[in-house]
Amino acid sequence: MEATIAGKTIALDADGHLANFNDWDEDLAKELAKLEGIPELTEDHWKVINFMRKEFKAKGDAPSIRKLTKESGVDTKLLYKLFPNGPAKKAAKIAGLPKPKGCI
Amino acid sequence: MSDNQTYEPVKKVSIVVSKGSLDGIYPGLIMANGARMDGIEATLFFTFFGLDAIINKRMDRIKVATVGNPGMHMPTWIGAFPGMSAMATSMMKKEMEKLDIPPIREFIEMVHDAGCDLYACKASVDMFHLKKEDFCKEVDDIISVGQFYEKSAGAQIIFT
Repeated sequence: MEATIAGKTIALDADGHLANFNDWDEDLAKELAKLEGIPELTEDHWKVINFMRKEFKAKGDAPSIRKLTKESGVDTKLLYKLFPNGPAKKAAKIAGLPKPKGCI
Repeated sequence: MSDNQTYEPVKKVSIVVSKGSLDGIYPGLIMANGARMDGIEATLFFTFFGLDAIINKRMDRIKVATVGNPGMHMPTWIGAFPGMSAMATSMMKKEMEKLDIPPIREFIEMVHDAGCDLYACKASVDMFHLKKEDFCKEVDDIISVGQFYEKSAGAQIIFT
């Protein structure tokens, strides 16, 4: 599957997430966020996105919500406010990661 | 059933926690948290011994049931040895920590912050002579079974 986002043709996986980690950049994230109904990425959004990418790079999967809220500097309540209707999938999508595999 | 049939996604779940053992409580909490992570509305309803998960004095001392639990793969009389339940509990807690599954108190706080409503069953509360003050602060209310069904309008009800 492919999509044209921000003037670039991007390969997507079956879930509609970015297929290649390295296709991602900050401009693309802004566009992906808009598609997810988040008009503007704030500093707190970036804390989450950057933490997720760092964890994925090190471990090969998105962090659990628990790890994310303990270590990124964004707590659970704020996380759900930043990424309404499903922070796990939404934040991963915007961060250019596949759908998280973990249950927590 | 044809392959291309599409179903309405799950939008709301009401999860009943009725058991007070570690293995009785965690599935409900994991399912409620997982629902919220995916943007599904979630309500937790604690009844009978499931109330132990939200009772301040009890929630930090929840143990694995080693007696009468065929999943433990040991004879019941071994499970009854002193310290057996404590040992199984500590082993399981270590494994859960590796998977980033929090202890019950932290988990309750996490699902509540994630927007899951927590209720205690009125019949059980009356039966065990409990009061609102006996529960952790995350408990939203003590409600009757009728109110539970009202709050579950449009939800899938899951009994654990």
